[in-house]
Amino acid sequence: MNKANIRKFVQTNVMNNVRKKRLFGITAGILIGSINGLLGGGGGMLAVPALTALGLNAKQSHATAILVILPISIMSAIIYLAAGRADWSVLWSGGIGVLLGGAAGAVALSKLDSGVVRLLFAIVMIAVGIRQAIG
Amino acid sequence: MTVLWFFIGILGGLLGGMGMGGGTLLIPLLTGLGGVDQHVAQAVNLIAFVPMSVVALLIHARNGYVRTRGLTPLIVSAVLSAGVFSVFAQLITAPVLKRGFGIFLVILGICLLTAQIMRFIKKKRTKNKNQSPAG
Repeated sequence: MNKANIRKFVQTNVMNNVRKKRLFGITAGILIGSINGLLGGGGGMLAVPALTALGLNAKQSHATAILVILPISIMSAIIYLAAGRADWSVLWSGGIGVLLGGAAGAVALSKLDSGVVRLLFAIVMIAVGIRQAIG
Repeated sequence: MTVLWFFIGILGGLLGGMGMGGGTLLIPLLTGLGGVDQHVAQAVNLIAFVPMSVVALLIHARNGYVRTRGLTPLIVSAVLSAGVFSVFAQLITAPVLKRGFGIFLVILGICLLTAQIMRFIKKKRTKNKNQSPAG
């Protein structure tokens, strides 16, 4: 069974009911919001597959995930700021780096074999995660 | 330190711009290499995400990739749970939060790795299928 078939199966057998779709949306939303609020990121990585399950294609899922994460990040940023967690020297240097890197990354995306990049990214993620969890 | 934070920001931004969840690596890099407190690193990611995603969202919306129909329950529940868990995050100590983040990274990394390996296998299989009738 390939991906298109799985999506079709999900759409016709699971998602045809509006109430079920809404329930799935609420559940996914709670999970995305909790992780992103608790860990300060990572919600987008959950939002993309959730939106795909709701019937969006790959490009739509990636684009719409930003729409989901933006209000969450604003809400969380306000709370982190109010709790005095913002260090302005880190924020300025790191933040400007993020913006520059973000623009460059968006351009580079079309020029790199994203399959290999994704594989490397996953391996780095596991390694960093183990260090974080143990250290 | 400022220069280091700047380059970490670029690296995180690059990954984010390529749609691979930049924050998931920006946060551990800031804490592990940059010596930044876990809560501060999370705040940096949340705040830096806002301007970057506004720009990205405008571009994606113009290209017609953003879907909004039926997403209200997901977004509302996500924002509410983000609020609750952002407050909860302030009550947890940095080492515990760091460990939780590490576990999340490992799980996410394994999921990504599995998905990517499956994609490679599928690609190879379709390639072989296309070649066999010719031979």
